[in-house]
Amino acid sequence: MDDEPTLTQRLRQQGISRRSFLKYCAGLASMMALPPALAPKIAEALERARRPAVIWLSFQECTACTESLTRSFSPTIENLIFNVISLDYHHTLQAASGTHAEEARRQSMAQNKGRYILVVDGSIPVRDGGVYSTIAGISNLDMLRETAADAAAIVSVGTCASYGGLPHARPNPTGAVPVSEILPERTIVHVPGCPPIPVVISGVIAHVLTFGKLPELDDIGRPKMFYGQTIHDRCYRRPFYDRNLFAESFDDEGARQGWCLYKLGCKGPTTRNACATEKWNQGTSFPIQSGHPCLGCSEPDFWDAGSFYQALTAPPVDVSKWVAPAVATGVVAGAAIGLANRLRRAKAARARQPLTADDVKTED
Amino acid sequence: MNTMEMLAWVRGPGLALSLSVLVIGVSVRLLEMFLLGRRPDLSEPRVAHSGWYGLRTMVTRSVPPSSCARYRLPAFLAGYAFHIGLFLIVFFFVPHILLIEAITGFSWTGLNAWLIDGVTLITLMALLLVFWYRISDPVRRFLSNFNDWYALLVTFLPVLSGYLAYHRLLLDYNTLLVIHILSVELLLVSLPFTKLMHAFTLWFSRWYNGQMAGRKGVKA
Repeated sequence: MDDEPTLTQRLRQQGISRRSFLKYCAGLASMMALPPALAPKIAEALERARRPAVIWLSFQECTACTESLTRSFSPTIENLIFNVISLDYHHTLQAASGTHAEEARRQSMAQNKGRYILVVDGSIPVRDGGVYSTIAGISNLDMLRETAADAAAIVSVGTCASYGGLPHARPNPTGAVPVSEILPERTIVHVPGCPPIPVVISGVIAHVLTFGKLPELDDIGRPKMFYGQTIHDRCYRRPFYDRNLFAESFDDEGARQGWCLYKLGCKGPTTRNACATEKWNQGTSFPIQSGHPCLGCSEPDFWDAGSFYQALTAPPVDVSKWVAPAVATGVVAGAAIGLANRLRRAKAARARQPLTADDVKTED
Repeated sequence: MNTMEMLAWVRGPGLALSLSVLVIGVSVRLLEMFLLGRRPDLSEPRVAHSGWYGLRTMVTRSVPPSSCARYRLPAFLAGYAFHIGLFLIVFFFVPHILLIEAITGFSWTGLNAWLIDGVTLITLMALLLVFWYRISDPVRRFLSNFNDWYALLVTFLPVLSGYLAYHRLLLDYNTLLVIHILSVELLLVSLPFTKLMHAFTLWFSRWYNGQMAGRKGVKA
């Protein structure tokens, strides 16, 4: 281990200057809402960090989470995280295959027992004993349980691992569930997004390495520092919302003027993520900036929350299916009650015995 | 159940359920009232077309008579303010229009969010003033029953929670949105069974009063 080059040396080999590295650390500090003075501390901590072993399990997923992280910057400054960590098992990135790959996982688990970080992307199918997704003949369910048992920390990367994502969407044929449902007793850091923002993925790992503990999480397990604010509140198009200036279709004047996409189905108001501030592709843009409404991909069950292109206030179910029978019921019940009242009145009229002056007898 | 699951429920099945209760309740109560019919008035009508008096009363009872304005002006204004405010908030805040459009297909232009924000603040203050007026005046307090306090509360809650949600005050936005929609659903299911039913009956009753008085030759 002592012979290994330091992080700075490794970065230099990749053509990343110390200045860029410090800049990255300063960016991380600001994202984590830490004082700028802490940036050198992060740098120092990352440089000194023991290389923790990371086992990355990919289950029912599309590899976009990995793509997001590995293709984020060029040259890959996010990749520095891979220089700090020892990625012992990752289907897409590892050279080994077949039995060798599984051997690498078991070896790493044995050597780093209780110390390795487990990263999961993808959901886990549990229907029919979890047969719908297997790796080397091992079901995802068994592999997760086995690997999680001795993990120091578990990070669910992407919405599938965090909340079930696309495989979990109705009708969910494989019985897909998120990691937290398999391991309810463990604290799991959720880094949702479809895919998550690269700097958020690396930021969580950097936080663990710098401070030696998990970041503070919100009620659904997301690090508050990255998921503390809604897209809507940090959106540069927000002033248009307040001024009642909306794009009504994708090619109208409003869309060309860059007005608010709320009417086109933007889920920004209910979505917590860092897209509006961190953006994508080296801070170039994010969906709303390129004219597409936010899908709400970092929120649980965003696939089933109604159409992506219907306004947020539109009900996700067809209300008319409920209301039409309700109208019929109301009319029938109202008519029945009205009729009953009339019958009662008619009956009372029939039973009425008029009282005349002759009927009144005086007492004498 | 996390916040997003709750939000999905209140936006979907919760809304459909409460709208159904509203529709059933309002239809039953209106039909029940209409089917009661009216006692035949055998007296000779004093005017030719008493229906016009009904229409006139619908207008005259909606504008403030000068005699009322002299009597405790702030409370009088508050009554108008919160009714107009509620109307503007419900029917002219863009997210609300989009909800109505999604359900009915009808749509119209909304007002600026900042304008609705101001209207909401005035509405909240007016509702508080109405509450204070009711509780501070011994006569009104004596006359008030549960129905009155409940109606005031279920009207106040959606406006307050909507205001808090818009400004992200006290709680997380999605939680506030759940509370806001739930409070609206409480209002919807309460509407047919409390005095809030006047939202539907007021025009009929005003027309009826005017028509009846007109027929009798009363200058109402």
